[in-house]
Amino acid sequence: MYSRAYKASVTIPPLLWVTVFLLVPYAILFCYSFWSVSSAQVIVHNWNLQNYAQLVRNPIYLQVLFRSMRIAGSVTVLALLLGYPLAYYLSFHAAKRKDLLYQLVIIPLWASYLVRGYAWKTILGSDGVLNGFLQYLHITHRPVEFFLYSPFAVIITLTHIYTPFTLLPIYASLEHIPRNLVEASHDLGSSPWSTFRRVILPLSLPGVLAGGTFAFVLTLGDFLAPLLVGGPSGIMISNVVVSLFGAAYNWPLGAAISFGMMLLVVTLLFITERLEKRLAIS
Amino acid sequence: MSVGSQSRRAPLLLSAYAFLVYAFLYFPIIVLVVYSFNGSGVGGFPPARWTLDWYRQLFGDGALWEAVRNSVVVAAVAVAIALGLGLPAALALDRTDFPGKALFRRLVLLPLILPGIITGLSLLMLFVAVGMNLNLVTITLGHGTALISVATTEIFAGLQKLERAQEEASLDLGANHWQTFWRVTLPNLRVSLVAAGLLIFTLSLDEIAVSFFLIGRDNTLPLEIWSRLRRGITPEINAISTLILVFSIGMILLWYRLRTRLQRADESAAPLEPASIEGETA
Repeated sequence: MYSRAYKASVTIPPLLWVTVFLLVPYAILFCYSFWSVSSAQVIVHNWNLQNYAQLVRNPIYLQVLFRSMRIAGSVTVLALLLGYPLAYYLSFHAAKRKDLLYQLVIIPLWASYLVRGYAWKTILGSDGVLNGFLQYLHITHRPVEFFLYSPFAVIITLTHIYTPFTLLPIYASLEHIPRNLVEASHDLGSSPWSTFRRVILPLSLPGVLAGGTFAFVLTLGDFLAPLLVGGPSGIMISNVVVSLFGAAYNWPLGAAISFGMMLLVVTLLFITERLEKRLAIS
Repeated sequence: MSVGSQSRRAPLLLSAYAFLVYAFLYFPIIVLVVYSFNGSGVGGFPPARWTLDWYRQLFGDGALWEAVRNSVVVAAVAVAIALGLGLPAALALDRTDFPGKALFRRLVLLPLILPGIITGLSLLMLFVAVGMNLNLVTITLGHGTALISVATTEIFAGLQKLERAQEEASLDLGANHWQTFWRVTLPNLRVSLVAAGLLIFTLSLDEIAVSFFLIGRDNTLPLEIWSRLRRGITPEINAISTLILVFSIGMILLWYRLRTRLQRADESAAPLEPASIEGETA
């Protein structure tokens, strides 16, 4: 139906741009991961697998990776525990206030990441709001230091940031459940709980999967929250990359970690996409 | 019938839980705003001595306003890039078939889900490879590229809602594809384009993960705030954060209004869900 010129003019410009500014950069990243840094701090293009070998051999990298995955896993579980019931409430029980309540979720979703991270820093700090509050109530007498600069602080901050992200796909899948299915289940004598467990929950699983993936992947790659509230014990894998590209000056090793991360993320997306499709069909 | 009565009366426990989740989402934001008026510093409890001093200090802060100006320019150009390429990309995904279309879709949408650090680093390596100096131009190119994904999903959603009959009528009446595009398609997409533009502008103003790696001498607003956070925190940062928040909330509400106006026919408002594109064209 569309002329060749029309097709060319809608496909070629974005295709070119995306090739130059996404595909080529990813390819350069991939190339870097096989290079190395000489003792004179120059990047030399001798192709080898040393960087990858180092990642496997040096336990530090795997340790940090596992910690990042633990943190990402905790954030995912917490975001689902907070997001699912709220999505369910919005979809099935919010009635007239649905629109307003939905907007109240959207606002923190797009409100500045930095602002929200900073807010947690002022709350959890040793002379922060939480410590001030506890001392005001005479629950504690001196500042509790471990609120800030700990994995706990990273988890709570990122849970706060990614819960709305997790909620949206769940809400969308709940909204797509035909209401007459739910009614049928009620009419056939199911209790609300068994309707939820046998009708609503299974049908909303694709959304849970999509939302959980969002939270996991975005947390795994985060380096700002650890810098802001994490401290040394809250360092994550992306922080290692940042330091390799900065003071530690080893771009090739940093590129190898980044490429590994990218591979991990893309594989994860691929698997969950497959699962979502299968869930949606069955 | 039973469903109807239930959706009006939510179980008490669920309502309470939903309220607590909202409290968690808004608590840090409220703390941040309250303490921007606090005369005795960023933390502590209870806040004492209400003051506008921090805002006064803010308005006299030249470096900060310089950063605001930079951010606005970057965001405006990023909107132009993202819309300029997102519109043809959405048209291509909606209406044409070409070899590698599935790959193209994935590539365009990748920055939406890929942690910002990977996009930022890959672009950094590209700019270094071609010998470009890091400055506001590189940040703008980074934002534009990363946000094509947002533009594409938003405009694609708009295209899916579009009444095709009008375009077909225009073609039947003898207009060619270009005339149809300028006189029928584009005017019908106006609301989508404005909504996408608002969202991209807001996201670019707040962006920090990609900018972090592409920064030259001039700071954008989030990076200026970031560099100040390292020197210690003052309620002046609460004040600027509050202003950013007010601005973002205004933009988000405007965007949401526009988007619901578009979607009134279709109930499910699921912004930025990559799965929706995957599902409909796969």
